[in-house]
Amino acid sequence: MEIARSFGLMVPELILGGSALILLLVVAYGGRSVTRAVFIGSATAIGAALIFTVSTVTDNVTGAGAEAFGTQFSADSFAGYAKVLIYLAAMACLAIAPAFLKRFDALRGEYAVLVLLAVMGMGLMVSATDLIALYMGLELNSLAAYVLASFLRDDQRSAEAGLKYFILGALASGILLYGMSLIYGFTGTTSFDGIAAAISGEISTGALFGVIFMLVGLAFKISAVPFHMWTPDVYEGAPTPVTTFFATAPKVAAIALLSRVALDAFGDQVFAWRQVVIFAALASIVVGALGAIGQNNLKRLLAYSSINNAGFILIGLAAATVQGLSAMLVYLAIYVVMSLGSFVAVLMLRNGQGEQLETFDDIAGLSSTRPLMAWCLLILMFSLAGIPPLFGFWGKFVVFQAAVQADMVLLAAIGIAASVIGAFYYIKFIKVMFFDEPVDRATGKATPASWAILIGSAILVSPLAFLLARWLGNQADTAAASLFLG
Amino acid sequence: MIGIEHYLVVSAMLFVLGVLGIFLNRKNIIVILMAIELILLGVNLNLVAFSAFLDDLSGQIFAMFVLTVAAAEAAIGLAILVIYFRARGTIAVDDVDRLKG
Repeated sequence: MEIARSFGLMVPELILGGSALILLLVVAYGGRSVTRAVFIGSATAIGAALIFTVSTVTDNVTGAGAEAFGTQFSADSFAGYAKVLIYLAAMACLAIAPAFLKRFDALRGEYAVLVLLAVMGMGLMVSATDLIALYMGLELNSLAAYVLASFLRDDQRSAEAGLKYFILGALASGILLYGMSLIYGFTGTTSFDGIAAAISGEISTGALFGVIFMLVGLAFKISAVPFHMWTPDVYEGAPTPVTTFFATAPKVAAIALLSRVALDAFGDQVFAWRQVVIFAALASIVVGALGAIGQNNLKRLLAYSSINNAGFILIGLAAATVQGLSAMLVYLAIYVVMSLGSFVAVLMLRNGQGEQLETFDDIAGLSSTRPLMAWCLLILMFSLAGIPPLFGFWGKFVVFQAAVQADMVLLAAIGIAASVIGAFYYIKFIKVMFFDEPVDRATGKATPASWAILIGSAILVSPLAFLLARWLGNQADTAAASLFLG
Repeated sequence: MIGIEHYLVVSAMLFVLGVLGIFLNRKNIIVILMAIELILLGVNLNLVAFSAFLDDLSGQIFAMFVLTVAAAEAAIGLAILVIYFRARGTIAVDDVDRLKG
C-alpha cells in the first residue's frame, strides 16, 4: 500500500520518464519522419504532468502526507510551485525550437526527448528530500543539458559551449558531492530531516565544511558569482532555444533545490550559511551589472542579466524567513517570464537569408522597421530594470521588503544601489532600438509560436499584471509555508 | 592501525588533485576528463569509509549511484569531445577560446 501511495505522489515524474523512454524508441525506429510527432508527444507529456501538479500548489500539501518512499521525495506545494514554472518554461522552449533547428538542419526528435529527461530531472531536484535523490535528479538534468548545449553538432560555437558546460558542470557536481559525503559522514544520514536533527545544536567543523562545499556546488548551478564564469560563454554558444531553456527552467530548479537544502536540511544553521549567501547575492548583482556593460552580443548581455537576477533572488534566501522565501518565489515567476520573452526576441532576430542576428548593431533602429517587436522588448527591458509601472518592479519590491523585514536594511540598500547600475544597459538596449539610425537587417519572418510567447510575456510583465499580483503572492505564500511547516 | 582519518586524508588528496588537474592542466581535454573521474573517486572513497565507520549502509548505496552516474558522465563527456574535435580539429585546452568577451 505504501508503495502504491508513493508512486501516486510522483505521477508527474512517472509520466515524463515513461514518455521519454517510449519517445526515444519511436525516434530510434522512426528517424526523421516522426520528428513532428515526437515534439507534439513531448509537449503533451509535459502538459499532462502539469495538470497533475497544479492541484498540489493550490491545496497546500505538506508534511508526511506529501512524502514518498520513506523520506526520499516530497510532493509538497513548494515543489509543486517550482514544477509548474519549470513545465511552462519547458513547453515554451519546445514550441520555439523546431523552426530554429530546421535552419541548421538539426531538427531531430532527440531534442524533445532530452528536454523531457531534463524536465524530469528538475522535477526530482525540487522534490528531493534526501541527498541521494537530490544527486540523481541533478545529474539527470545536467547530463541532458550538456547534450542540449552541443546539439548543433557541426557548429563550432555550440560544440565549445557544450564542452565548457560539461567540464564546469561536472566540476560543480563533484564539489557538491564532496560536500554531501562530508555531511553524510558527520551526521550519519542522507535524509534532510535526519541531517536537520543531527546538526540542530552546535555544528561540527566537518559538517560546516560540507555545508560550504554544497553551497559552492549549487552556486555553480544557479550561476551566482564567484562561480558564474561559464554562464556568458555557454549562453552565447548554445543554440538560442537551448539558451532560453537554460535561463529559465534549470534556474528555477536549482534555486528551489538550494532553498530546500538551506532552509530544510540546514534550517537551524542559518548563521553558518547566511554570510556566504549574502556575499554571493551582492557579488552577483554587481558583477552581473558591470559585466554586461561592455557586451555587444545580446545573448552574452542577457547571460549577465541572468547572473544579476540570480543575485536578487538570493537576497530573498538570505532573509531566511517565510516572507523571504515567498518573495523569492514571486521574483522567480516574474524572472522566468521576462527571460523567456527577451531570449525569444533574440531568437526572432534574423536577416532575410534566415541567419541569426545577435549583436547590438543589428537591432539599431528596430522601432521603425519592426515596431511591434521593439515595443515588446521595451516593456521587457524596462521590466528587467525594475522601472515602477512594470511587473519586474514588483518582484524587486517584494524581495527588498522581505530583506528589510528580516533586519537586513544594509543588504537591501546596497542591492537597490547596485540595481541602478544594471538599469544602464537595459536602457542602452532601448536607446539603440529607438534612437539609433535604422539598419533594417532584421527582416526575416518569425514563427507564430515565438510571436505568441513574446507578446504574451510582454503582457504578463506590463502594468496589467498587477491584477495578478495578489493571486501570485498567495500561491507563493502557500508554497513557502509548506517548506517551513513540512 | 589504519583508521577513518587515513581514508579521509587520501580521499581529500584525490579530490584536490582532481580539482587542480582541471585548473592547472594546460595540455589537453582528455586529462580534464580524467581529473573529473578522480574527483568522483575521491568522493566514493569518502562515502565508503564513512559507511564502514558509521556501520550504516546508505553510504555504500550512495557510492553505487555515484559510480553509475560517473559512467554516464564519462560517456557524455567523450561524446562531446568527439564532436568538438570534429568541428575544430584540436583538443588542446588553449584552443578552446572561440567564445570569450
